[in-house]
Amino acid sequence: MKMMSMGAMVALSLGSSSCTQVNVEEFLQKHFREMTEAEKKEVIRRLEETYLRKYGKKFRISTQPAESGALWGYGLDLSRCIGCRRCVYACVKENNQSRVNPQLQWIRVVRLKKGSLINLENAEHYYHPETVPEPGFMYLPVQCQHCENPPCVRVCPVQATWKEPDGIVVVDYNWCIGCRYCIAACPYKGRVFNWSEPNIPADELNTDVHYLGNRPRMKNVVEKCTFCVQRVRNGRYPACVEACPTGTRKFGNLLDPSSEIRYLIENKRVFRLKEDLNMEPKFYYFFSA
Amino acid sequence: MKISSLCLFAIIAFGVPAFAAHHDEYPVATPPLSEGIFPCSNCHAGMEVNAKKRELKDEHTNIKLHHAENDRWCLDCHNPRNRDKLKLANGDTIKFTESYLLCGQCHGNIYRDWKVGIHGKRVGYFKGGERVYFLCVNCHNPHDPKFKPLKPEPPPTRPERTYGR
Repeated sequence: MKMMSMGAMVALSLGSSSCTQVNVEEFLQKHFREMTEAEKKEVIRRLEETYLRKYGKKFRISTQPAESGALWGYGLDLSRCIGCRRCVYACVKENNQSRVNPQLQWIRVVRLKKGSLINLENAEHYYHPETVPEPGFMYLPVQCQHCENPPCVRVCPVQATWKEPDGIVVVDYNWCIGCRYCIAACPYKGRVFNWSEPNIPADELNTDVHYLGNRPRMKNVVEKCTFCVQRVRNGRYPACVEACPTGTRKFGNLLDPSSEIRYLIENKRVFRLKEDLNMEPKFYYFFSA
Repeated sequence: MKISSLCLFAIIAFGVPAFAAHHDEYPVATPPLSEGIFPCSNCHAGMEVNAKKRELKDEHTNIKLHHAENDRWCLDCHNPRNRDKLKLANGDTIKFTESYLLCGQCHGNIYRDWKVGIHGKRVGYFKGGERVYFLCVNCHNPHDPKFKPLKPEPPPTRPERTYGR
């Protein structure tokens, strides 16, 4: 029965003149986690061709899986952050976010009055002084906190988003139906939506991409921070870590007792944002001074 | 056995006791020396050492010491006998790439954090490739170390009101 209706759909889509072979393959593509290696290869080939046609650039799309023994965690030193937003723009560039209409950013830096740090309703997202830091203020960058118990994953009606074995919460953009339940469920505003076709200048495209990470997205899908899955699974620091001029951002393997992240959790004053919601975020804010 | 033969090798090959090998133990970035200024001995080799605290009028005029300047002068950190090296308080001579030892003499708690990657910045590969540790002086000008304010990148655009028009 299912096969029949699928066959009917194929016939239907092939019959219509506006539907190309690629549309059909895209439509029939499986969920990423259900694909065999051969199917993944085929999808990558098709996507690379599509991107070449669309952007005139040769992309290298990785499907590198999580390695065992890794659980990624992030540290952010609130006594060092000066709110300069270098991380925001490094992330946009590395991860091929849409620049304008829609303007999508995976990191939000909010400004808080010193002394009322967790009073988030007074957070200012649009601060724009001549220079930072401003006296009397703290800066709190917020992005996906890669919860161990992620509410966004639980609400997704089609399981287009999930937590990988190395703890990274990812989205299969080809499976996302754009319902935005996950955006409503996330208490960190860690997810953003492509309300229209993304706009990326062709010369600024990053062609070194991961299927579950920074490959160019399409209209009507949700996207989010992936801890730079394309870099981290190759042993490289995320782009925001490298862009920060004050060394505020730390990254490492929570299962490795000698990692930077473990040291700071064990030796510094640490807190996690909205810890009381019991989502076990793997993003540790700390004070080094 | 392996360690002792290694030590022996080190002594034979370099003529230094292996226990002095705590130097160069971190993969540090290039020190931000002004272009064309190094090696310092190019100019300083034949020069008489003038240890008097004074305003520099002929050379290095861009350096305005603002780092406990009442208690300090060039030769407290720069080695007077070999200008291509720095000098620790105990008289040890170190390379510019080991300047963290010099800073760590006073800033011990920061040095401790730097060694474990909490203070400062590391870039590159944390695994399976080259990792680079920024030196103290890559971010803090040693003559004026306070981190200077920066111009922030632009804020995000506010969402447009698309209803009720």
